[in-house]
Amino acid sequence: MSGLLSFMSFVICVALVGAAWVAIRSTSLPMAILAAGLVSLLASLMFLILAAPDVAMTEAAIGCGLTTFLFFFVLGRVRGGEHD
Amino acid sequence: MTKRIFVFGMLIGLGAIFIDLLLSYTPDSALNQTARYYAERTATDLGAANIVAAVIVTYRGLDTLGEVTVLFLTAAILVMVLYRDHGIGINKIPNRFLPPTGEMLGTGSRLLVPLILLMGVYLFANGHLTPGGGFQGGAIIASAVLLLLLTNPNQTFNLQLFSLTESISGIGFVVIGVLGMFFAGGFLDNRIFPIGQLGELFSAGAIPVIYTLIGLKVGAEFSSILVHLSEEKEES
Amino acid sequence: MVLVVLAAGFMLILLGLYGALIHRNILHMIVSFSVADTGVNLVLIAVGYMPGRTAPILDSNVSVADAVERIIDPVPQALVLTAIVIGVGVTALMLAYAYRLYQTKGTLDISKFTELKW
Repeated sequence: MSGLLSFMSFVICVALVGAAWVAIRSTSLPMAILAAGLVSLLASLMFLILAAPDVAMTEAAIGCGLTTFLFFFVLGRVRGGEHD
Repeated sequence: MTKRIFVFGMLIGLGAIFIDLLLSYTPDSALNQTARYYAERTATDLGAANIVAAVIVTYRGLDTLGEVTVLFLTAAILVMVLYRDHGIGINKIPNRFLPPTGEMLGTGSRLLVPLILLMGVYLFANGHLTPGGGFQGGAIIASAVLLLLLTNPNQTFNLQLFSLTESISGIGFVVIGVLGMFFAGGFLDNRIFPIGQLGELFSAGAIPVIYTLIGLKVGAEFSSILVHLSEEKEES
Repeated sequence: MVLVVLAAGFMLILLGLYGALIHRNILHMIVSFSVADTGVNLVLIAVGYMPGRTAPILDSNVSVADAVERIIDPVPQALVLTAIVIGVGVTALMLAYAYRLYQTKGTLDISKFTELKW
């Protein structure tokens, strides 16, 4: 494992925890959903560095793409209820 | 307030367990016995270059059959929950007001949808050689449907086609598994077709066939989940 | 490096559980669950990783003969692949039930649903 890759994975892990903090603590629901999508995207980068390209592809397509849109579709259906 | 204290106490306890696990973690230096078996025997026995695909489709194929069943149940229960009052059917408001779709999205989707579909098919047809496979390819096919849905939210999809694709590929998956019991070593054995040369497209026996069926099934299921969740229902 | 990833994964699990326990809006709780889900997958992959080895795919760089010395464990990767797909199914079901609850009560606040409270 080269030094550059170690440094990159360290930066990605810090960003991962930061994005998760935003996803948990944000009071605005669209912000939280986008931050959760960002967590998935960074995790998929991390899977690629950890030599798991199959899992990285699945996480990017399913965890980051489809899940975010499922959340937004439901958010569009519950207009007015998201501020409770 | 007591609830907060309770929550923090629980999290601190769990965190202590995690820190203990983290400090006592020592990475393996060699593969364990199961992984060694997979690494040594996959290429000679099954002829698949992607060992993860071989584990998913053949060695643990029954798990995958269960997983696909769980996805099918999810899609079915979702329709049941969303349409409990009206019965199954499309009952959206015919021409609800929407801001017009931008020129860029319309043209872009006409250009991109065939390419995205091709990418999905490529992924699951080459699942035994390169990273990728049925689940990834299916999700990418569903994202093509998602792009169509974003371009024109009032679009009606042929839901019959989705459920027909899903049923046929599910039945095909089980039939190929049962054929393995008669012509090869057991349920879901991939050696019912010739194994061929390692690294070629038509190799690895039934793995590309099963992965194609899984890809079609997963794509149809995710597409129907997306279409049902995005549909606006008439308030009754 | 693996220790950093493991720590990040455990941190994601803890943050997700914390969010699921303190929030009262159901959609916020579901977002927290999906964050915890990602954390579990990250921990599993990090445990299966071995330094200095490559992905479990045989090609011109990794021949069949030296595969045992060159590749990492394929079993955790297959498990996590399954877990991600099941995870999105569970998320979709939770979202559908949340929408159903919103239809019956007109609110997403979990403390308004008191029928089963004692």
